[in-house]
Amino acid sequence: MRNSRFLADYGMVFVLLLLCAYFSVVTYKEQFPTGESAVEQVVASIHEQAGKTLRVLVITGVQPGDTEFADKLARDLAASGAQVLGVAKGEPKDARELLKIAASGGKVDAIATTQTASEWVLFSDMNEDFPSLGAPRLITPHSYRWPNFLKSENLLNIANQIAIIAIIAIGMTMVIVTGGIDLSVGSLIALSSVLATRFIRDYAGGTLASPGGMVLACLTAVLLCGVVGAFTGTMVTRFDIPPFIVTLSMMLVGGGEAYSWAKGESIYQIPDSFIWLGRGADLLHLPNAVVLMLVLYVLAHVLMSRTKLGRYLYAVGGNREAARLSGVPVRRVIVFAYVASAILAGVGGVIMASQLKSGSSTYGKMYELYVIAAVVVGGTSLSGGEGKIFGTLIGAFTIAVIQNGMNLTGVNAENQLKVLGFVILGAVLLDKIRRKETSFTRHE
Amino acid sequence: MSEAAPLLEMRGIVKSFPGVQALRGVDLSLHTGEVLALLGENGAGKSTLIKVLGGAHRADEGAIQIDGRETPFHSPQDSRRAGVAVIYQEFNLVPGLTAVENIFLGQEVTHAGFIAQKQERQRAAEIFKRLGVEMDLDAPCRLLTTAQQQLVEIAKALAFDARIIVMDEPSAALTSHEVGRLFEIIRDLKRQGIGIIYISHRLEEVFTIADRVTVLRDGRNVGELPIAQITRNQMIEMMVGRELKDEFPARQSNIGAARLEVSGLKRGRAVRDVSFTVRRGEILALTGLVGAGRTETVRLIFGADPREAGEIRLDGKLLALRSPRDAIAAGVGLLTEDRKLQGLVLGHSVRENFGLPNLTWLSRGGFVDILREREEFGRYVEQLKIKVPGQEQRAGNLSGGNQQKVVLAKWLARNCDVLIFDEPTRGIDVGAKYEIYLLMNELAAAGKAIIMISSELPEVLGMADRILVMHDGRVTGEIADAHRATQEEVMQLAVA
Repeated sequence: MRNSRFLADYGMVFVLLLLCAYFSVVTYKEQFPTGESAVEQVVASIHEQAGKTLRVLVITGVQPGDTEFADKLARDLAASGAQVLGVAKGEPKDARELLKIAASGGKVDAIATTQTASEWVLFSDMNEDFPSLGAPRLITPHSYRWPNFLKSENLLNIANQIAIIAIIAIGMTMVIVTGGIDLSVGSLIALSSVLATRFIRDYAGGTLASPGGMVLACLTAVLLCGVVGAFTGTMVTRFDIPPFIVTLSMMLVGGGEAYSWAKGESIYQIPDSFIWLGRGADLLHLPNAVVLMLVLYVLAHVLMSRTKLGRYLYAVGGNREAARLSGVPVRRVIVFAYVASAILAGVGGVIMASQLKSGSSTYGKMYELYVIAAVVVGGTSLSGGEGKIFGTLIGAFTIAVIQNGMNLTGVNAENQLKVLGFVILGAVLLDKIRRKETSFTRHE
Repeated sequence: MSEAAPLLEMRGIVKSFPGVQALRGVDLSLHTGEVLALLGENGAGKSTLIKVLGGAHRADEGAIQIDGRETPFHSPQDSRRAGVAVIYQEFNLVPGLTAVENIFLGQEVTHAGFIAQKQERQRAAEIFKRLGVEMDLDAPCRLLTTAQQQLVEIAKALAFDARIIVMDEPSAALTSHEVGRLFEIIRDLKRQGIGIIYISHRLEEVFTIADRVTVLRDGRNVGELPIAQITRNQMIEMMVGRELKDEFPARQSNIGAARLEVSGLKRGRAVRDVSFTVRRGEILALTGLVGAGRTETVRLIFGADPREAGEIRLDGKLLALRSPRDAIAAGVGLLTEDRKLQGLVLGHSVRENFGLPNLTWLSRGGFVDILREREEFGRYVEQLKIKVPGQEQRAGNLSGGNQQKVVLAKWLARNCDVLIFDEPTRGIDVGAKYEIYLLMNELAAAGKAIIMISSELPEVLGMADRILVMHDGRVTGEIADAHRATQEEVMQLAVA
């Protein structure tokens, strides 16, 4: 009983870990570091191996990180007392130029380079071509084996990519727990991104807008989304229109509004600092959007599991009539769920505008489906009354990990869609099967 | 008993669910033209047994024979093929389809892929004629009365020539007049050689209709006797496993001032003009035939439906009720008739169900004090002897009696001044009934005003201080001294 209960609650975590393990194994590759520790290590080994005069060249290719690596290396070597004769960042022919120049100036003790560059044909012929260099040693950072998937940049990348969907999925979980659905979140992303950027462009001073002005513009955009949510909730509760229909209408209306506010173009007249939320990383190198996501998840978890309102959300979805007859303010609870969903969609729109440094009515297309998929994969029942906030986070990450893993292993876009489709189906199927095993219906 | 092989023979049926062994080797036999009463407390395994017979559950062990031949019962289709029809307490009718459509659902009469509507209609009409009842064949089933819906279920069974019909609490939602008609139909079916398994908590009915009795307790057989060889008390003792004293606990009424006064309540045709008063320490029974407007009346008092007219006063103060929330805040509680649809969130834990109306005082600053909630609920679990493996047990997994106790606990904790019990003991076993009666008495003794809706006349007479009889949305009679009233007297007023 206890075991199966545990599995039922955390089964998706195991699936997620399994996926991570799988992608780690298939992306296990030799790594050629170019980071800070790689620089230190190269500097140290040059001092260790070369003589006292220490005449050094720095040669790198144009791989990502190579330029920074070369610059830092040159700086650190100079600082440590070595004489850096020249730096080449580019094609092998650039390196050859440098060697030619260096050869005319006498001996070189060492050449600091990257692993990829050290394999250039140029270096294997160097001693014949440039004998006057005196056969300098090639010093490269030690390579090691590590999964591409598990590199910290990649993991942060996953988190950053899923942050918007995960944040909106919080609100969607609340709506689905009450037994509803919200199809309008995709359009609200677009609306919010357009409104926020237009407010900045038109009222907060455009590219010269102050941080305060930007915050105010974004808050206004998010609040306006909240108004849309309140309208949705009211239509659902007062007039008993199925949420599917109301939010389908709001999806169309919201999309249209976004288009007309943007006048069909993308709005980019905003300050560079606007990207702080979407691309900045202030706390422990974590992207700000990811930090925001984690904070929102903790808050939502507390709300859902510890507060009266949370209990009411579940009760309304589990049995609306029983909840009403127990004194639960059913209508207010449902309206809250739609407002929360819309506000979080608005937040998602602001993050997207920040990531892309512009607002456009084309943002957020199909996002409602990915958000719903994250919630469902996370174990929330579409019939309401059941589901956990952290389940949704797991669901969002499962989708992100699968997408990322397929990118790393070179699966093409059309096959990615197919895989994702079956993953959603599989997750729900798994959920059904385990429910059949662990729960039992009335036996008398 | 030892003539030909019995119509139905179930042997050594075992069925477990995670954490519960519902059946531990049950035997049951049924002969042609026989009515077998299947008795037992809630949780004894009756429903599981008939679900095995209906193919809804698959037995872990055991064999089922029809006419002495081993027959598989793995699905509802198997069961139907073997000639078994099960009429569950919650009917299996599609509310939007007509009687005819429901009767032939899954067994449509077709010609070249098209439904032969004329033929279906004709056959349905024949069946109802055979049952001796008139039925509107074209009305959607949701518009039919409970009794009529039951007849549609019976007709459905006859439409595929069922030889065994199982009825689970068929009389629970019927008035005594309708029960009488049902019995006539059952006797008629008997004469046609159909074997009937009849499940009921109403022992008088068992004596009226059954030929033989099989009693289950804790998933085992505890007795099987012809009806002539068993007394009512023996039956109860077998069911509860102990001797039973009185059915209704004695009580000293101590009635005070008026607590709840309603006047001129009105809503549509269900409640036309209802006025009455309940006093402190009084148990007022609201009775009448099903459809008389009793439930509708108390729903107005509870704010569950909007009223068109009428005033409600509590301790002399006019209440402006617009929702159950208002009513609860004012001190009125309603234990609904239908626990599963209205009383409990079945998928949630019993603790959460208990907390629902009580979170206003079990939470601080919006945060639920879960420790306190556990503690409070724990007290009620003990006091009401609720049988649950733990507080996190899903409400849907409990037996009817225990579910009702959870509903009770949730309202007791609310400490309401007026408590309305709508059919508080429907579908509940004898032992649990007694405990609920005791509790109602205690509440009355504590000065609460209690309104009890009940269709069971012995219960009304045994429990109430005063009886109001409703008919067609109006109060048609009042019996001030319930202790001296007779069932006939009440019936006279109810059918008026």
